[in-house]
Amino acid sequence: MKFRVERDVLADAVAWAARSLPVRPSAPVLAGLLIETTSDGLQLSTFDYETSARATVPADVSEEGKALVSGRLLADICRSLPAKPVEMTIEGAKVSLTCGSARFSLQTMPVEEYPTLPDMPEATGTVPSDLFANAVSQAVTAAGRDDMLPVLTGVRLEIDGSDLSLLATDRFRLSLRELGWDPGATDVSAAALVPAKVLADTAKSLTSGAEVTIALATSGAGEGIIGFEGSAGGGVRRTTTRLLDGEFPKVRTLFPTEQQTIARVDRATLVEAVKRVSLVAERNTAVQLAFTSGQLTLDAGSGDEALATEQIDADVKGADITTGFNPQFLLDGLTAMESPVVELAFTQASKPAVIVGVDGPDGEADLAFRYLLMPRRLLS
Amino acid sequence: MTAAPWDPVATARLDRAVLERASRDCPVLHVDMDAFYASVMLRDRPDLAGVPVVIGGGQRGVVLSPSYAARAYGVRSAMPMTRARRLCPGLVVVSPDYDQFSAVSSSVMETFRQVTPQVQVISLDEAFLDVRGSLRRFSSPYAVAEHLRARIHDEQRITCSVGVAGTVGLAKLASRRAKPDGVVVVPPEEVTTFLHPLGVEELWGVGEKTAAMLHRLGLMTIGDIAHTPLPTLHRAIGVAMGTQLHELAWGIDGRTVVPRRGDDEPDKSIGADETFGRDSDDHEVILREVLRLSGKVAGRMRTAQVCGRTVTLKVRFADFTTITRSRTMAEATDVTREIYQTAADLYAALGLQRARIRLVGVRVEGLMPRTRVQRQLVLGGREHGWQEADQAVDRAVLRYGDRAVRPATLLRGDRA
Repeated sequence: MKFRVERDVLADAVAWAARSLPVRPSAPVLAGLLIETTSDGLQLSTFDYETSARATVPADVSEEGKALVSGRLLADICRSLPAKPVEMTIEGAKVSLTCGSARFSLQTMPVEEYPTLPDMPEATGTVPSDLFANAVSQAVTAAGRDDMLPVLTGVRLEIDGSDLSLLATDRFRLSLRELGWDPGATDVSAAALVPAKVLADTAKSLTSGAEVTIALATSGAGEGIIGFEGSAGGGVRRTTTRLLDGEFPKVRTLFPTEQQTIARVDRATLVEAVKRVSLVAERNTAVQLAFTSGQLTLDAGSGDEALATEQIDADVKGADITTGFNPQFLLDGLTAMESPVVELAFTQASKPAVIVGVDGPDGEADLAFRYLLMPRRLLS
Repeated sequence: MTAAPWDPVATARLDRAVLERASRDCPVLHVDMDAFYASVMLRDRPDLAGVPVVIGGGQRGVVLSPSYAARAYGVRSAMPMTRARRLCPGLVVVSPDYDQFSAVSSSVMETFRQVTPQVQVISLDEAFLDVRGSLRRFSSPYAVAEHLRARIHDEQRITCSVGVAGTVGLAKLASRRAKPDGVVVVPPEEVTTFLHPLGVEELWGVGEKTAAMLHRLGLMTIGDIAHTPLPTLHRAIGVAMGTQLHELAWGIDGRTVVPRRGDDEPDKSIGADETFGRDSDDHEVILREVLRLSGKVAGRMRTAQVCGRTVTLKVRFADFTTITRSRTMAEATDVTREIYQTAADLYAALGLQRARIRLVGVRVEGLMPRTRVQRQLVLGGREHGWQEADQAVDRAVLRYGDRAVRPATLLRGDRA
């Protein structure tokens, strides 16, 4: 194995592939990053039996071959190399890396012990990479972090023709992001439960190309995994991850069908006010929102300790309502929105509120992203 | 100052005015129930009045509390039942009812708190009171003592003895001399005459070993310690102990009454434990007991209108090693099911295999008033859940007794 490659291209690809290296590898080889050269160029891979990452990089290959080196170390080295072309070659049991006047010699691990990366499932369709990254970042807001409830640590990805939906919930809130995409085959209908953390990392890391291909096998080879593919630095970035088992709860019906109160509030003002008022909310206590005509009053704290209150303008339609939320859950939803105004819709104080973005005080509600939040209540 | 030596028993016969005057500078009361367990069990058994009775029995077979009639035969607490029977052939054994003990204890302590907030609960049946703040309502600490004795006798039908003195240590010594059913006042000017004739083992901090050491030095009474030069004491029993005993022997006692609630009283925590009749390694048996205790604790929390977040599981093994494990839940609760689940998880996390267990306990800590507790509602959650189920059970139990409704797992192996 021998090749020559641009430093920036290599560093970028190595850093990308090294992201999915396991922190505590179950076998030593899994801490490795596989370097392969073929006539097509250079290929860098990592795999921990759950998530695989493979980056192809255009390189000047003079000798085909492969080597397995410590991924963490290679990433650290590549990050600090001078801006000169990099040359790597196998020398016995070592890989030598030369860049300008810097030389490194790396111990190799046995390539034959390294597991074979799973194949990408057949491609299902494509979506603009920026849109996808944005949609995923909104959807994962409500994903659970409790490993005792593994199903809720995933994002449910639903495909129905040219509609793609992302759903996540931790039982207390629910995010639903809907977007259009280009399904490769016609009439595809599929669903997958993708680990939220992997999905968020992947979507964010694939924004350098214009499009992301989502590959999902409905049956046969590649079942139980999902693949994402994008382009960067003249090469292809491809990642697969194993889907979560289990039945995601049927959550779409949780959105209330009617509303008693609809309030529109300036998003930045509300975010600031919630942050301020919740300073006195002891752990686990709610910030209370009281909507009356033209006005929203926020309260937090208890009589024994500190109290805070603030009033902001709100366009309130319907009955007055007072309800309370976990301030962090509320802020998570509000900051996942991007529009200048948010709309909060309520039925009852003990029922969930729906939060959506609005492009202006009199604009249309943007239903592409909906955040459903359960209140906090005093015990009955 | 009286010329005659202070005779504590004689003081009980002095008239009230003298005692009131004598107690003026004695703000510390030590109240000790007389043969508490026995008195509580016997108050509804007039047929056993005057008969030697012990509370105890069950598989363990030790005496928990002998009545005064049984004490006359030499029966003592913690004595094996077989030995007690030998000492007193006509002995009647009554099994204990801990729920009743703690209920009586709580009301007694509550009575104390109506007189002063400065109540330091020592155990189910004894407490220290600092009554300095009550002397506008009562003419003297002695008057407080008699008021409490009258009320407790009236409301609980049990008797208690009170020591009235200037310090915690003296009050405790005085109450012992007041037993049964009496009051002993130790005014400051009588401290040394009261204290010095007593044996060294009466002093706080003197256990068997220290007593033996003092006896070897020829120090038999507290007066002997008081009149031993301090350097000699330091050499004999160490500087700290020597100084402490010397001061106590002169009635100098830095300890004060620190308000503290009993372990079983609704304050910072509520808990219950149970010693198995026979040590057990059967997970099913142990978890069933954990469920029963969780229900008991949660029920008491609901009665006290408190919720808590931290559940502590206590396990005592057959060899008496005791471990506790705690877990803090996301939300405060008073729901039996949630407390049990957390306690059961803690038990499972111990990963015990064939370890024989003598006792399990469940305790909930970090209690706060229920009115201040909020809950994060769950999407699609049922409007009525375990919380409402518990409330319904509570109402049924209130009406039909505590066997009326309970988890089905607790039906089998009914407890006697």
